Formats: sequence, structure tokens, C-alpha cells
Amino acid sequence: MDDLVIARSLFGTTMAFHIIFATLGVGIPLMVLFAELLYQKTKDRDYAVMANRWTKGLAVLLGVAIPSGTIAGVQLSLLWPGFMEVIGRVMSLPFQIEIYAFFVEALFMSIYVYAADRISAWMRILSVTLVAIGASASAILITNVHAFEGTPAGFRIENGEIVDVDPWAAFFNPSFFVVAGHVVVSAFMTGAFVIASIAAYKMLREKNNQRVYQFHRKALMLGLTVGGIFSILTALNGHESAQLLHEYQPEKLAAAEGLFETQSHAPLAIGGYTDRETQSVKWAIEIPWALSFLAGNSFDTVVRGLNDFPEEWWPPLFVHTLFNAMVGIGSLLILLSGMGFIWNKIMKRNTFPRPLMWSFIAAGPLSILAIEFGWIFACTGRQPWVIYRMMKTADAVTQTGNLAILFILFTIVYVILGISVVLVLRYYFNRHPVMNELDSHSNDNSSNFAQ
Amino acid sequence: MTNELIAITVLWGFIFIYAVMATMDFGAGFWSMVYMNREKTKATNIANRYLSPTWEVTNVFIVAIVVALFSFFPGATFLLGTVLLIPGSIILLLLAIRSAFLVFAHIAKEYKKALTYISGISGLIIPALLISVLPITHGGFIETVDGVARLRMDKLFTSPHEYAFIGFAISSTLFLSSLLLADYSNVANELEAYQIYRRDALVLGPISLLMALFIMLTMQNEATWLYEQMMNYLPWIIGSIAMFFVAGIALFLPSAKQTTVKGRPRLAVVAIVVQYFLASYAYGKAHLPYMIYPDVTIQSGFTHPNTFRALFTSYIVGFVILFPGFVYFWRLFMKDKRYLQQNDPS
Repeated sequence: MDDLVIARSLFGTTMAFHIIFATLGVGIPLMVLFAELLYQKTKDRDYAVMANRWTKGLAVLLGVAIPSGTIAGVQLSLLWPGFMEVIGRVMSLPFQIEIYAFFVEALFMSIYVYAADRISAWMRILSVTLVAIGASASAILITNVHAFEGTPAGFRIENGEIVDVDPWAAFFNPSFFVVAGHVVVSAFMTGAFVIASIAAYKMLREKNNQRVYQFHRKALMLGLTVGGIFSILTALNGHESAQLLHEYQPEKLAAAEGLFETQSHAPLAIGGYTDRETQSVKWAIEIPWALSFLAGNSFDTVVRGLNDFPEEWWPPLFVHTLFNAMVGIGSLLILLSGMGFIWNKIMKRNTFPRPLMWSFIAAGPLSILAIEFGWIFACTGRQPWVIYRMMKTADAVTQTGNLAILFILFTIVYVILGISVVLVLRYYFNRHPVMNELDSHSNDNSSNFAQ
Repeated sequence: MTNELIAITVLWGFIFIYAVMATMDFGAGFWSMVYMNREKTKATNIANRYLSPTWEVTNVFIVAIVVALFSFFPGATFLLGTVLLIPGSIILLLLAIRSAFLVFAHIAKEYKKALTYISGISGLIIPALLISVLPITHGGFIETVDGVARLRMDKLFTSPHEYAFIGFAISSTLFLSSLLLADYSNVANELEAYQIYRRDALVLGPISLLMALFIMLTMQNEATWLYEQMMNYLPWIIGSIAMFFVAGIALFLPSAKQTTVKGRPRLAVVAIVVQYFLASYAYGKAHLPYMIYPDVTIQSGFTHPNTFRALFTSYIVGFVILFPGFVYFWRLFMKDKRYLQQNDPS
């Protein structure tokens, strides 16, 4: 393997690992905030217990999210010095502002966790709100750099020199709002569905303990509601992302859809795999005219195909599969929360059938998978460019060599951290069953307890 | 002041703040390992109580340094990123393991021992590696072959100058942290812990001063340009040494509030921070205009002026927004007696 492939694999592994914890670090604070607010509104202690336990879990996850994010940030300069030289001159604002967001999150996370018993309820809510805002802002700002890579703005390269630098034009590059919005709402969705997964699993296991069962049922309903809302927002925003690709990175959309010939009334290919030889998507279900409509809101929108571009500019063709997997999971999640809503609110059933419960359990892991697919699609779909039509990834990579050994070392550390985080979470929550916390509050909750 | 000078001052400010906060952080991890088995004293508890809320904030500073570096000095970042790939990666790996296991140790009490060892030992290795960036910037360890810059590891790790810095980093880490923990336990009225940390500080202070002299000694031969420039700032260096003795005296003064123990640790902490401030100012000023001798100066590596202006604005806005947060944080964890004196840190 050459250095470029290893460097991409190493950085990709870092991001694939980091993104799990970063996403939950954005999504779970929002759930904690909702639980705190519900506690203030209903005075039902169960919500306070939820907020407390989710925060404990969040603290452990942040123990991995923060160092892996530090790795990602520094690795950018170590692995892609050519890229970061441009970023430093043109697009360093989001990194800089992200530091402030990061500070807000770190300060108030510590205050929320370690000073909870010494500050008032409203100060607690303000702290956790600031944690959620700080985490979301970090995600938005860092994603902005990714948006800039796809739709660069605010500079030109003339004879190898960077000229006409306008850092704010770079900051507000054309895809900033849509791409950053996609990352944030999908993170909220993922956080909510992970909570719902755990709650559903616990409900199946604690069927005979009514008190604990009811606790998890409340958590499941909260998770499904929040997850459902944000899965719809994610889909709406995803539609805009696709239209953005149509306008700014047509070859990426063409690769995502496996479209070779430029045409109006373009069909949408669902499933299957893209075949380079026959220039078609094999085994796909084709919906006539649909792609044109999705790309430009009308059937005679001309969608550009891959053959319009030199072949060395084509993204890898497997991105079609990644794109489909992401969209497929997203649609499935909307369907799931919709079914939960109908079953519970319209048909007024109190319990969910077993298969539905198992689908809820799958919702969390599926959301995380969708996030992974989405990121791999977004980044490999931009290849061979690191900054679209400005700088090739191959020109940005470090010249130092010795990358293979680093790739192995980092992978080992990620495996160790990944395993330990699961063990620590299991250890903690096994030692501190929710029953104990519910018991200690049973006085002011006796009516609930009798159910 | 030129833009370049403002930028390098901000970067230096971050490095100084991180250096102080991180030595306390790394040192506290080490002390909580050393005093883990002494059940009667609260020395470990004190270290943990300080460490728990602060490591996250400290960690932000290391990211802040890297961001300030590549946003203000992209040219220097290119060279540093290229030559520091291996040492930088090792630091990252250690930092990741340490931070994660620090959190894990807190949550999973049963594994506390093993986890505390990991974060304690890595807490000594990380500062030793981090400080190696300084001798690398003094020149002589980077060679360029076919247009590609490489770090001569063999040269670096056979250089006495490098080892002087490593010795200084480790002794300073332990010295600063023991002093701060002495002050922290004094505020918390944990007298036994106070006496332990005061004793450690008294032993380690002179060692770290010797290491600083060792750095100057090796610099004379290995980075003559820097040594000669530093001699222009001799009053600063003398002032720095004077503050060291002020701190020493402060630890023997009669205590302001106790009758059974000696020393005014808060005065000593302030004096030592001033000591390091003066010394690092003299070092930094003498280092200019070079960032990496002799290849990169603050002018040659500087960012685009438009970007600098935008960044500078964001610094001012960011500071205004964050300052109240820092004050609130300080009051909750460094001053509030309810936190400092609790029996079982949660």
C-alpha cells in the first residue's frame, strides 16, 4: 500500500471511531436536557433519575470522545500538512471558534457533573443547556470545515500562491448550513434512538418488575418521540443536501446514484451495485424520473452523469451502496417511530408487540451505522479531492513515511478504548441498578410505586 | 506591535497556561498513584478532587495550542507537522489512554488501582515528550533530503540538551503539582495531606532549578544562538531565580491560619508561577524571530493578514463570552469550601 492509502485509512479509522462518541456527545446532552425539563414540569422523580444516569453514561463516553477528538484535530496537521497549510490561511475561523464552544461545553459539563448538588435546579438546567449548545456548536463548526472541502470559497490559488483570501466567505461557504444541519439533527436523532434502544431492551428483561418497567417505558417514549422528530428533520435536510450536490458537486451525486449518462427525467436507482464495465446499476429497483425530481423539483431537470467528467475525477463507485444504506436506514427509522406513535397514541395500546420492541432495540445501533455510512460516503465521495477542484488528497499527504506502524498502533488503542468503554459502562450500571435510585425516591413517588 | 508579534504572544500565552495547568494535571495523576495505598491520609483524595473537574478544561488548551499554531503560522505547522509525525502520534496515543482511563478509574472503583497506574505513569512520560518540541525548534535535529524534512531521532536522543529538557519537564511537573496540591489541601484544611505535599515540593523545587541550569549549560554548546540571545535577558532570569527563593521562604513562614504547620502555600504558588512566567518570557523573547531555527521565522510562517484580522476579532469576542464561565468555574471548584472539604469525592 502506498502512503496515501495508509494515511487515508489511518485518518478514516480515527474519524470512524471518534464519530461514534462525538455523535453521542451531541445527542445525549439534548436528552438529558429534555429529562431535566420534564422533571421540572411533571415533578416525576423518574425523569431526574434518567437525567442523572444518562449523565453518568455521557461522562464515560466523553472520556473517549474528547481524547479521540484531540487525536483527530492534531492528526490533521500530522497526516495532511499540505491541507492544513491552506486551512490555516483560509479556513481557520471555524476551528478557532470551535475552541470556544469546546470550552463552554467542558466548563459547564464539569459544573453539571461535579457541582450538581450545590447549584439550583435552574442553574443545573442552564448548565446542561450550555453543554448541549457547546456540543452542537462544536459539531456545526467542525462540519463546516468538511463543508468547505466540498464547496470551497473565499480564496483562489494562483501560481501555487493563495490569494484573495476572505475568511468569512470561506466560513459561510455554500454548503455550510445544510451540511452542518444534517450532522446536528442526525446526532440528535442518534442520541435519542440509542436511549430508546437501551430502554426497550431493559423493558423486555424487566417485565416482572413493574416499577423498573414503567421507568424504562417513560425513557422509551421520550427517546422515540425525540428520535422520530429528528429523523424526519434529518430526511428533509438530506433532501436539501442532495440538491446541493446536484448544484455544486454533480459527479458526487452521479456516483451516489450510479448515473453515467447526463439526462433529464433521470431514474432513481435503489439498491444494487454500480458496474463500471456496463455503466449501469445492477440489481437495482429503478423509479423512473424520480432522480430528476429529487435533484431539482421537476422531472425535466437535467442530472449530469459520470461520463461528463474525466474518469480520474470519479469518486469510487461503491459510494452508491453507502448512500443507499444511509438513506435506507433513515427511512426505516422514520417508519419505526411512526409505528410506535400510531400504536401508542392512535390505537391507545399500552404495550408494544415483541417484534416492534426488538426493532426499537435495533434503532440505536442502526442510527450509528447510518452515521458511519454517511460519513464514509461524504468523504470518499469527494475523492480524489481534499478540497474540491482545488487540491488533490495526494498532494496534501505527509511525506514522512512510517505510516503503517502508526496505523497499527492507533487501531490497537481504539480497540482497547472501545472495549474498555463497554466494560466500564456495563460495570457501572450493573453495580448501580436503577432500582436502587428509584427506591431512594419512593417516598415522594408512592402512587407510582403502587402500579 | 506587529501582527506577527501579537499572534506569537497569543500562542505563547496558551502554551504558558497549558504548561502550568498540564503540569498540575499530570502531576496530580502521578501523586494520586503514589499515595494510593496510604489509606489514612487524604493525599490521594485531594489529588483526585482537583483532577476530576479540571482535566477536560486542561485538555481543551492543547487543542487550542494546535489550532492557534496552524491558524496563525500555517508555514511553521507544515514543517512541524511533517517532522513531528512519530513523536506527536505517540503523545496523542498516551494522552488518549490517559484521559480515558482517568475517567474510567473514576466510575469503575474496582479497577481503580490498575487504571490509576496507567494514568499516573503516562502522566510523567507525556510532559517529557511534549517538551521535546522545544529543543527540536532550536535547530540541528531537522535535515532535508530531496525536499522532504525529517527529524533525526538518533541525534535528538543522543543530545544532552534533550535530556536536560526531559529532566526539567519531569521535575517541574512534580514540583508544580505538589506545590499546588499543598495549597489546595491547605484551603481544604487537610493538614496531613498538606504536610506531605509541602515536603515533596521542598525536595523537588531545588531539583527542578538544577535541571533549568542544566538546560542553560547544554544550550551554550548546542544552541549557541539562543544562549547568546538569552543572555540579553539576564535581568529576567535573575528575577525568575529570585522568585524561586521567595517561594522557598514562603514555605517556611509561620502559617496564616494554622498553629501546627508551617508555610504560606498560596504565596509560594504565586511566586512559582511568576518564576516560570519570567523565565519563559526570557526564553520566548530570545527565541524570536525564529519559530524553528533556522528555517521558519514568525514572518515567513505567518497566515494571511485577512485571516489574522478575523481570528483576532474572534479571540476578543470569545474571551468576553468565556471569562464569566471561567470565573464561575473557579468559584465552584477552587474556592467553594463545600467542594474542597467533602469527605467522599464523587
